[in-house]
Amino acid sequence: MSRSFSFVSHACALVVRNPISLGSVAMISLLAILALFGPHLVPYDPNLTDLSIPFSPPTAGHWFGTDQVGRDVFSRVIVATRIDLMVAICAVALSFFAGILIGASSGYYGGSLDLWVSRATDMVQVFPLFVLAMALVAALGTDMRNIVLATAIVNLPFYVRLTRAEMIILRAQMFVEAARVAGNGDGRIMCRVLLPNALPNLMIQLSVNLGWAILNAASLSFIGLGIRPPTPEWGIMVAEGATHVVAGNWWLVIFPGLLLTLAVFSFNLLGDALRDLFDIRTR
Amino acid sequence: MLSSFILRRLLAAAPTLLALVVSTFLIIRVLPGDPAIFFASSPVPTAEEITYVRQKLGLDRSVPEQLVIYMSDVASGDLGTSFTTGRPVLTELLERLPASLELALVALLLAVGVSIPLGVTAAIWSGSPLDHAARAISSIGVSMPTFVTGLILIYVFFLQLGIAPEPVDRIDIFIAQPPRISGFLLVDSLLAQNWEALSSAAQRLALPSITMAIFVMSPLTRMTRSAMIGVLNADFIRTARAMGLSDWTIYVRYGLRNALLPVLTTGGIVFSTMLGSNVLVERVFGWPGIGGFALNALLASDYAPVQGFVLVMGVLLILINLTIDISYGIADPRARRST
Repeated sequence: MSRSFSFVSHACALVVRNPISLGSVAMISLLAILALFGPHLVPYDPNLTDLSIPFSPPTAGHWFGTDQVGRDVFSRVIVATRIDLMVAICAVALSFFAGILIGASSGYYGGSLDLWVSRATDMVQVFPLFVLAMALVAALGTDMRNIVLATAIVNLPFYVRLTRAEMIILRAQMFVEAARVAGNGDGRIMCRVLLPNALPNLMIQLSVNLGWAILNAASLSFIGLGIRPPTPEWGIMVAEGATHVVAGNWWLVIFPGLLLTLAVFSFNLLGDALRDLFDIRTR
Repeated sequence: MLSSFILRRLLAAAPTLLALVVSTFLIIRVLPGDPAIFFASSPVPTAEEITYVRQKLGLDRSVPEQLVIYMSDVASGDLGTSFTTGRPVLTELLERLPASLELALVALLLAVGVSIPLGVTAAIWSGSPLDHAARAISSIGVSMPTFVTGLILIYVFFLQLGIAPEPVDRIDIFIAQPPRISGFLLVDSLLAQNWEALSSAAQRLALPSITMAIFVMSPLTRMTRSAMIGVLNADFIRTARAMGLSDWTIYVRYGLRNALLPVLTTGGIVFSTMLGSNVLVERVFGWPGIGGFALNALLASDYAPVQGFVLVMGVLLILINLTIDISYGIADPRARRST
């Protein structure tokens, strides 16, 4: 009890003292609010077209301007937060839990299971991540479920490897031996003794991965392999804006691009902050 | 010892190569979605058409049989034919590969040229505002999607300032191209002493390579910084300081030289990221490389080029990692021990 209390107060102290973590927590809270309440906060329906005002630059009525069919860019950018974050969170959650399960059993039991798991992760990791995600979505078919699945598969090896490596180091430690002597079974040792010790590194990976997954989903949409128009989504908006940017309509690219960058940046910063938090040496 | 180390590394790459070919095969063949339906020529193919195409593609055989056929095809350099261009995939890819490699290599040079000095300065004055600024800049860089960075650069430098050429192709179409020797336009126009072509090619290359470089600056800067901090705390640096050597000698000759090795290992990750993002960058800049080619094929449901592209990407990555491993072994004898 006192240990968890000191951890929480330590975390609070770090967040307040360190401007980086304070910034990342603030930005992620903002994104969470936009994702949860976005559709209720925006001034226009994101798909409402108004052909009388195509390509309107930012004005008082349309803060981020309007696109080729007069849709309000501000409303679309805000509403898109939910779908982009949801894809990323689902994908990363999937690879996080599956990765821990596979990595923990592989590292804990070793043997032929471990051999096959290592081979499979090697097979996934011989490709550049984005190329693999692209090929998987193309093979599975482009809908939201498959984008989530492809992103999850691409990220899976990171969690498998990390958990496996931690397990191999930890399972030889005295306290694990003690837990076994005290009569704990494999499952209990893994969940209650080993995993909590592996968690800090996994959390850092989780945060950085979330940023990457958002980037990945938006990139897939940008090249036409992701979520379909007219759904408001950052990657699609940039792709649609790209054809009009040469005509000088910069706001079609800048604003969705800016929010996308902000989202990725927040999660990368959070990863940094967690690294500071969990690093014993800075404590 | 060195030769046996290199041999061991080469042998270790063989199973990876095999795994690569198998997974490339699996991605396209086994996953749901029958390629024959895509390949059948009419928009609504009849059952006979599908059966015919399936037989022609060998899809009616068992999966292991298909794998063996695929592997022998790959071994003989046959990566299939592109349905959209009607030419062998290998020819198409080899023709476009130099464009992609030239872009990636120039981007890598730019990224290294900026990140190493930046990382070293951040390490020397760690904790200073300069250190924080370096960290912030590289964090923002890695968070900016390449397609957004690229479009912003095009808007500013081509549309507003007018100092960059239009984002299409590798060279101005009105300029005579140098004879193709290496496929790298910069090298070829240098060899042909065609200065006009050299300057045009360099101008076209500038924005896409900067776009890519910004994206990969972060891991390079961070690795340089942390490796450098580690080295600067070492005893031999303290000794060098005590002996009154100049700052330049301490930081560059003794510090940086020792810090560069861990940075080299990041090179594999960096190159992998670049190969992945080249699809996006080539699309934004109309760059005639393999990424843009594969993407167009993919959108046209033409799978042989996609399969070939994925394979080539994997082979490149294996080669890069092998080169890094071996150069690491040459530079640091301790790394030669088998792991």
